[in-house]
Amino acid sequence: MATATQALQHYLEGFTSLEKTAPSRQHPWLRKLREDGFARFAETGFPTSRDEDWRFTNLSAIAQTPFRLVRESHHLPSQSDLAPYHVAGAACRLVFVDGRFVPELSSVGILPGGVTVSSLANAIAQHPAAVSAHLGRYLNIQRDPFSALNTAFIEDGAYVHISKSVILEGPVHLLFISLGHDTPSVSHPRNLIVAEENSQATVVEDYISFGKTGDKALCNTATELVAGDRSVISHYMIEREHGQAFNVSTLRIQQGRSADVSSHSVLIGGALVRNNVHPVLAGEGSECLINGLFIGNGRQHLDNYMLVEHASPHCGSRQFYNGILDGHAHGVFHGRIIVHKDAQKTDAKQTNRNLLLSDTAQIDTKPQLEIYADDVKCTHGATIGQIEENALFYLRSRGIDETSARRLLLGAFAGECFDRMKEGPARKHVENLVREDLRRIAYSSRPEERVA
Amino acid sequence: MSLLEIKNLRAKVDGNEILKGVNLTLNAGEVHSIMGPNGSGKSTLAQVLARRETYEITGGEVLLNGKDLLAMKPEEAACEGLFLAFQYPVEIPGVSNAYFLRSALNAIRKYRGLEEMDAMDFLPKLREKMKLLEMDEKFLNRSVNESFSGGEKKRNEILQMEILEPRLAILDETDSGLDIDALKIVAKGVNSMRGPERSMLVVTHYQRLLDYIVPDKVHVLVDGRIVRSGGPELALQLEDKGYATIESAAGAA
Repeated sequence: MATATQALQHYLEGFTSLEKTAPSRQHPWLRKLREDGFARFAETGFPTSRDEDWRFTNLSAIAQTPFRLVRESHHLPSQSDLAPYHVAGAACRLVFVDGRFVPELSSVGILPGGVTVSSLANAIAQHPAAVSAHLGRYLNIQRDPFSALNTAFIEDGAYVHISKSVILEGPVHLLFISLGHDTPSVSHPRNLIVAEENSQATVVEDYISFGKTGDKALCNTATELVAGDRSVISHYMIEREHGQAFNVSTLRIQQGRSADVSSHSVLIGGALVRNNVHPVLAGEGSECLINGLFIGNGRQHLDNYMLVEHASPHCGSRQFYNGILDGHAHGVFHGRIIVHKDAQKTDAKQTNRNLLLSDTAQIDTKPQLEIYADDVKCTHGATIGQIEENALFYLRSRGIDETSARRLLLGAFAGECFDRMKEGPARKHVENLVREDLRRIAYSSRPEERVA
Repeated sequence: MSLLEIKNLRAKVDGNEILKGVNLTLNAGEVHSIMGPNGSGKSTLAQVLARRETYEITGGEVLLNGKDLLAMKPEEAACEGLFLAFQYPVEIPGVSNAYFLRSALNAIRKYRGLEEMDAMDFLPKLREKMKLLEMDEKFLNRSVNESFSGGEKKRNEILQMEILEPRLAILDETDSGLDIDALKIVAKGVNSMRGPERSMLVVTHYQRLLDYIVPDKVHVLVDGRIVRSGGPELALQLEDKGYATIESAAGAA
């Protein structure tokens, strides 16, 4: 039930005014999706900490803020402003500001045959049937209020379609930019990635802030990724917005037979960040790797939630999450695995490793295994530790100064995540970003930097 | 001016005093051995000199080249020319041997006002020294000490010593866990580093290593103090009679 302490009236206003726009009027299926989404959200409101899936995350800062859709974005970055954010070697780049596609900042060029990359709004206009075949069919709006809210406000985002047996070499770079506004603002990017049988591609979702800081900003993003039989897909989610941003993201994956999907999430920015990864292994023999790295400082709250559903026999899943927490940062790892009754010979593994760099950093790590089949292999484990004193001393005893030694060790820890990423432009992009972040944390986390 | 002067050094860890007034002087070019029974404080002395912060200094003074060693952080001591070959070298997964060594070398070079060495200049030099220590080149890309056998770890310590060219090398039970062949290789490496500008402190429990690395002087550490010093023959005496006589003599003193 929506509680009284949540500011929800403005969402109804936003929804009503959005409904008057062209796309949903022309497409009854889209209108229905939105209406169902809104109805569900109105029923539940935002989750509270009594909700088991949100036990470690206090959402009052979001629930009590009257976020509004941005009517018009001003002071957009220029092309040269965005050059430092590009992914070298990308096949194409779509840029979104406050959730809306900006063609002038994007670069699509010539793509191989069988590859379609466009804004979702465009895709709905040009080939609605292809979109409606998948949009909204996987994301669970019953279970998750943010998914319901995102669906209610479907407007724009990215549409990526890879045809049967097509291999796209370079990554598709989706750059989502939040600008600062004078009042609290929200955007709901919605992405749809459809990879047909035997295709291969890499998609990078990259969330940044740009320009003056402004009031609170919430990015509530959702992606449905349909991986056809035998497809091989890598997906990256990079959250590097500034320290006042809120970001809730959901990646809902639907895997066909022998589909191989790797989801890599890198959370280094934002004030309150929640990343949901929800793969459903629907086809026999499919494999899913969920590889996460989260680095928190100050008062950041980084919540990693995954729900892996083994719905078919002989599927494998691996969850590997590494967290580095300093200052008063709070990390959460909630790894759920559901093995349905017929999912025999499931092989599921979950590991969460955490480095706490201060006495006030905190990690909540919770495995949750629900197993209904009887011939399965499921393991889970978590470690919580500090930078290894012996290793630190060894490096320093060879002349390496303390900050550099800490950076080397933090880099080695983060490196475990990089090693699970395929070599290529996307991995390089992530390594560069994280390296920079670790440099700062290595310096500020030294014992002598602490103020009592 | 001597290279190393230890005056009345006292140190404790976890509330227990381990070093109870160590006195030692080491001149440039000299190799001294420190022997003693288990628990005498040999490794503590080595770690205190290398500036391990878990040990609390409760008295005394140590001068390295006339500078106050006890005021230095571990990296400063290393840059001032101190090197400790660990008894139990730690494994550092995720940090490659080659990268680590070059970083260490460049940190020391920078401190000395020298230009940093890039990989192209560094690797041939590294390979050459690895060959002499009979170390497989594949160690270059492996993580520091990861999955190294005991002998390989000890050779890696000597390799680092050869690359970093310290003024004072402290070898903490470098012979422990080594078979005779590995011991000979390690000793060869250590001996090749002997010279007028370099001093060594060879900490060892057993005399065997000193057949290969012949010291100029031998000190016996018992219960946190040096109770006897002498020439290399003192080591043979200990080998023959054990520590008991010296311990009781020290106890009676």
